[in-house]
Amino acid sequence: MGTIRFFIDGREITVTEGETILEAASKNGIYIPHVCHHPDLKPAGMCRVCVVEADGLLVPACRAPAAAGMVVKTGGNLVNKMQRLAVELLATNHHDDCLACGKNNACKLQEVAQYVGVDKQRLTRFQAQELRPVDDSNPFISRDYNKCILCGICVRACNEITCIEAIDYAFRGYAAKISTLSDKPLQDSKCTSCGECMVRCPVGALLPKGGVQAAYEVKTVCPYCGCGCGVYLSVREGKIVGVRGDRESKVNEGELCVKGRFGYSFVNHAERLTAPLIKRNGRFEEASWDEALDLVANKFREIQAEYGPESLGGLSSARVTNEDNYLFQKLLRSLGSNSIDHCARL
Amino acid sequence: MSAWNSRTEKVDSPTELAEIAARCRAAFARQKSRFVVCAGPACLAMDALGVLEEFRELIARRGLHLDVELLFEGAETQAAVVGSGCHGFCEKGPLVRVEPQGVLYTKVKVADVVEILEAALDHGKIVERLLYHNPDGSTCLTEREVPFYSGQQKIALKRCGLIDPEDIREYIAHGGYLALAKVLRELTPAQVIDTIQRSGLRGRGGAGFPTGDKWAACREVRGEPKYVICNGDEGDPGAFMDRSILEADPHSVIEGMIIAGYAMGAKQGILYVRAEYPLAVARVHKALQQARHWQLLGENIMGCGFNFDLEVFQGAGAFVCGEETALIASLEGKRGWPRPKPPYPSQEGLWGKPTCINNVKTLATVAEIITHGADWFRDIGTSNSPGTAVFALAGQIKNSGLIEVPMGITLREIVYAIGGGVPNNKAFKAIQTGGPSGGCLPEALLDLEVDFGSLRKAGAMMGSGGMIVLDETTCMVDIARYFLEFTVHESCGQCNPCRNGIYQMLHILNAITAGKGQPADLALLEEMGQMIVAGSICGLGKTAPNPVLTALRYFRPEYEAHIHEQACPALKCKELIAYWINPEKCVACGLCRKACPVGAISGERKVAHVINQSICTKCGICLETCPGKFSAISKVTGRQRTELLARELRGFPHNLATDGL
Repeated sequence: MGTIRFFIDGREITVTEGETILEAASKNGIYIPHVCHHPDLKPAGMCRVCVVEADGLLVPACRAPAAAGMVVKTGGNLVNKMQRLAVELLATNHHDDCLACGKNNACKLQEVAQYVGVDKQRLTRFQAQELRPVDDSNPFISRDYNKCILCGICVRACNEITCIEAIDYAFRGYAAKISTLSDKPLQDSKCTSCGECMVRCPVGALLPKGGVQAAYEVKTVCPYCGCGCGVYLSVREGKIVGVRGDRESKVNEGELCVKGRFGYSFVNHAERLTAPLIKRNGRFEEASWDEALDLVANKFREIQAEYGPESLGGLSSARVTNEDNYLFQKLLRSLGSNSIDHCARL
Repeated sequence: MSAWNSRTEKVDSPTELAEIAARCRAAFARQKSRFVVCAGPACLAMDALGVLEEFRELIARRGLHLDVELLFEGAETQAAVVGSGCHGFCEKGPLVRVEPQGVLYTKVKVADVVEILEAALDHGKIVERLLYHNPDGSTCLTEREVPFYSGQQKIALKRCGLIDPEDIREYIAHGGYLALAKVLRELTPAQVIDTIQRSGLRGRGGAGFPTGDKWAACREVRGEPKYVICNGDEGDPGAFMDRSILEADPHSVIEGMIIAGYAMGAKQGILYVRAEYPLAVARVHKALQQARHWQLLGENIMGCGFNFDLEVFQGAGAFVCGEETALIASLEGKRGWPRPKPPYPSQEGLWGKPTCINNVKTLATVAEIITHGADWFRDIGTSNSPGTAVFALAGQIKNSGLIEVPMGITLREIVYAIGGGVPNNKAFKAIQTGGPSGGCLPEALLDLEVDFGSLRKAGAMMGSGGMIVLDETTCMVDIARYFLEFTVHESCGQCNPCRNGIYQMLHILNAITAGKGQPADLALLEEMGQMIVAGSICGLGKTAPNPVLTALRYFRPEYEAHIHEQACPALKCKELIAYWINPEKCVACGLCRKACPVGAISGERKVAHVINQSICTKCGICLETCPGKFSAISKVTGRQRTELLARELRGFPHNLATDGL
């Protein structure tokens, strides 16, 4: 593929052939407002917020490829009118609840509305949608139809990234909505709650339940399986309040599964074991690590003496790292046993 | 199948077809009297089936009933009866044509059949009273004499109403499949495309894209297999052109598709027909079966080594699936959503393969162009839109029905010469062309010469061919609202301007018809309309605002009256009118009082009656009940209505007239 040169607002831009106007613009630090486009997904061109004038024609920048010598205008009377109407129409069907919304300040609709500018009078002239109940069926994700602007990013994320295809558009025209099969609650669908749709939702239609703002983030590796997905833990008051995938991680490029993304509540759970327990007189009692390890070592010795070393076996976990598993088998072999396995095979 | 039929069931070579056609013609000529009953949708609704059955029964009772197959054995029939497709003149249905004289009977009832039969068979006479009567009282004997037909020129509808659509031999007798024979025998695919290109045929689905160029593009693109699709997903309210052709002459479409397949190098075709057209679907299936049987379709067509087969796909009822990319999506089992073009279907169509999609009327025209040549077609119509246009003429017009006229004919000729003008002594107000995405054109544009370019320039469009005439009682805000309601319902919901924009325009129109319009509304409607046209993905959104934009262009004062004066000049919008009894005309007969279903009218003997506006539901029954000689009740709007309501509040609901209002 060769490179081509074209112009955005008079600036000469060089891009690889086949790149869209929006890609070319953002690579060169030129902002074009857009809502339904997400860099991880195929362009849809539905929201029409990213329209620009290319050689005199209105085109969606997210879909239209840049062409050699093309003259693109990101503003002007026609573009401004179209962008403003597009944003106003989206805003009309968006429950205006910004201060109480989990997406406040990170909302694409706020961003484009601020850039494009909306006419308050026209917004009130338009008919707002009737409020519908929020789908709270999923334990991790809350789904608020009143904020959904039907950009389709969630549908594309589910189809293109996770390939689960749990959601799609249903119904027609103004009645169109994102729906599971037979319009059942999310929890009763084949959704795996991975949350890939949720993290890409440009507005507050898909939000983590109980999500709060972090005080700081800690970069680490997900402890759930041997994949080793890169994560950032959101921490507030010394507790984990959220997890996000590390887009820089070569392992997962930001993607996570339901466990990695939502399975952190055990860390601070009240019933979590924080010290070894030893059963004495039929009851578990807290003990020190030295006490516990001594007890286990003594029991091993007794079993070895009575039944021979092969009577011992070890069961490791897929959740621990390779290094830990290596040490575990070394321990078992030093005790004279070759019976080692891990839980994921059970 | 009869002996004759089984002997000739396969057409082994193109030359053989001409002989068969001659034999078919000779056989059908042996029908001494032939009664062709129109069994098109409108006539069927008026009991054409009953008429058809009555003919059959009475003929059988005379012992005249003869199997068609015997005609091919050399026998003669005294009388034959055929249920044909639409004859076009729906207003006067059920229609019966007596051949060979071509006598046209209108509004035929079951009871009339015996008279028609006796007149034709026993006395060689005509039933005068069932002939078409001109407004001046004179009668017309044949179709050619009827103004409705005489202004028309039929190409796509040439055989509609002429033949029995369920017998391929009738189609062949009328020159059917001879164009295909010519193509297979004499022409290379490039020559076929060249002929269509030179003819200037443009897509009859509405967009008017040059058909030859489409075929050429599809031929040039690499990729196997290629597909030919016939778009029969006709969805405009009031339109039934494609339906009529598929019901009346299915073979003409099939022949066009085979020729298209030959020209493009496609072996597979798909006929996409609405499931709401069960008769069309059944007729097409039957036609396909017969064509295959005669080796006119399938493997080795006419022994020429060309293979092409067709299947039927029934659309599930979404208007938007008439858009070609949405149609392809639905064929692939996906949601019927259009996608942006390019890539065009000729580049990436069904299953990603090169695909050519043509409208029913376009394909029905192809064989005629091959038969008569490109120059013949070019000479008809205008230079930028050669040929004819098929319209479904409906609305407030005397002669509603299906017409085919040369391009370049004026709207005035269509409305007055063919359509017979507006009935009930009402004045013409507007003509709506192009279905719900077309535009309303005013009387000043009646001399507009109809073609693709002129209509678009006027803000309307050719569309698939719906043409609705509106009289003075139509409110232009209300009619725009009606069409927007349709497009709002049928929008696929994909792109924001169409899904939300048309809905908001409808909301504003609703407000205007309810007297809640705001001064800024018209400018807002115009801006929104222009942006939705510019910013939508597909043709549905790009044209949906047309009814509003043209109405604002040509009927702006009517919109302004709604907003500024709370007045509906056409006296249509319920919330802007009031019924009023003129006390000077009211003779206190009490009829309206008794008829009022909600008891809104008060009055006693010899006391002029009064409508209580707070109770009145504006059903209009009082207006209909008031005897014409009194005509005391009328609808008022605007200032008169406001005054009436104000007076009622003050307790003096009476006399608008004496106050000079």
